[in-house]
Amino acid sequence: MNGLIGTKIGMTSIFTTTGEYIACTVVEASPNIVTQVKTEDSDGYSSLQLSYGSVKEKSANNARKGHFAKANSAPLKKSAEFNNIKVNKNLGESISITEIFKEGDTVHAMGVSKGKGFQGVVKRHGFGGVQNATHGQHNRQRAPGSIGASSYPSKVVKGLRMAGQKGCENIKVRNLKIARILEDKNLLLIKGAIPGHKGSLVIIEKQ
Amino acid sequence: MDLIKYVENQLLDISRIPEFNSGDTIIVSYKIVEGNKERIQDFRGDVINIRGEGKTKTFTVRKVSSGIGVERIFPFGSPSITDIKVVKKGHVRRAKLFYLRKLSGKKARIKESSSGISKSE
Repeated sequence: MNGLIGTKIGMTSIFTTTGEYIACTVVEASPNIVTQVKTEDSDGYSSLQLSYGSVKEKSANNARKGHFAKANSAPLKKSAEFNNIKVNKNLGESISITEIFKEGDTVHAMGVSKGKGFQGVVKRHGFGGVQNATHGQHNRQRAPGSIGASSYPSKVVKGLRMAGQKGCENIKVRNLKIARILEDKNLLLIKGAIPGHKGSLVIIEKQ
Repeated sequence: MDLIKYVENQLLDISRIPEFNSGDTIIVSYKIVEGNKERIQDFRGDVINIRGEGKTKTFTVRKVSSGIGVERIFPFGSPSITDIKVVKKGHVRRAKLFYLRKLSGKKARIKESSSGISKSE
């Protein structure tokens, strides 16, 4: 994995150089800090742990404080491991967006989707529901229907789609394009939507 | 929100669009690309809708072309708009003039504002 951690700021529309009007998500990724360097010798594989996002000093426990102190950094909100970063960095150094991304790159966006609460099968799984309110239907328009036959298999098969929690899960949206980079404010403009609410942390992974 | 405003200020320019309101008659000159040639076309009609806020506002222009109503939506920040001329200031009593779609002939006219200031908002 090659990429950075950032914050979803929101969406807006911009014009491309060819005059297309495209909807973009703005992602802020102020320099990520290298908080751990894993090597073949020490860990059996090589990767960089990057950290991002400010937190209050008191919200980090002593273990985390100690971990970040090794990199001469204040405790940060999120850490993630990237095993394929092309730039050479040492502990405590920071990586800015232009070192990883350039305009036109294909990226994946990973984040936690907006929570929708406990939802029925029509919203959660796209069941059709019952189209008619007549023909003997009563209170059954959004019901799931039969969940199993009686004599065989005489049980409900595992994994049957039912009502339950929708959203608030890890989602990866693939093959998005970077439309624009605004370097002085560390902003990435990614064409299309990415998971999560405004202010949520996302990992932008470069192909 | 501030960073969204920052992006819009950097990438969208609406300062060259003159001020107009719903009910005004305007001529929009915009670039169209045919193959690899570019030319400028005029669209004259009444502004029936201005929606959105900030730099991502759009406006809708309606005209009746050989008996058929034609509407076009332009983003304020569109780089293909080369010029906008305000021909007439209209006197209308609402901001969204969608009722014009159901009217035709003399009923579909918009009275010209006597003060030269458009009345809607």
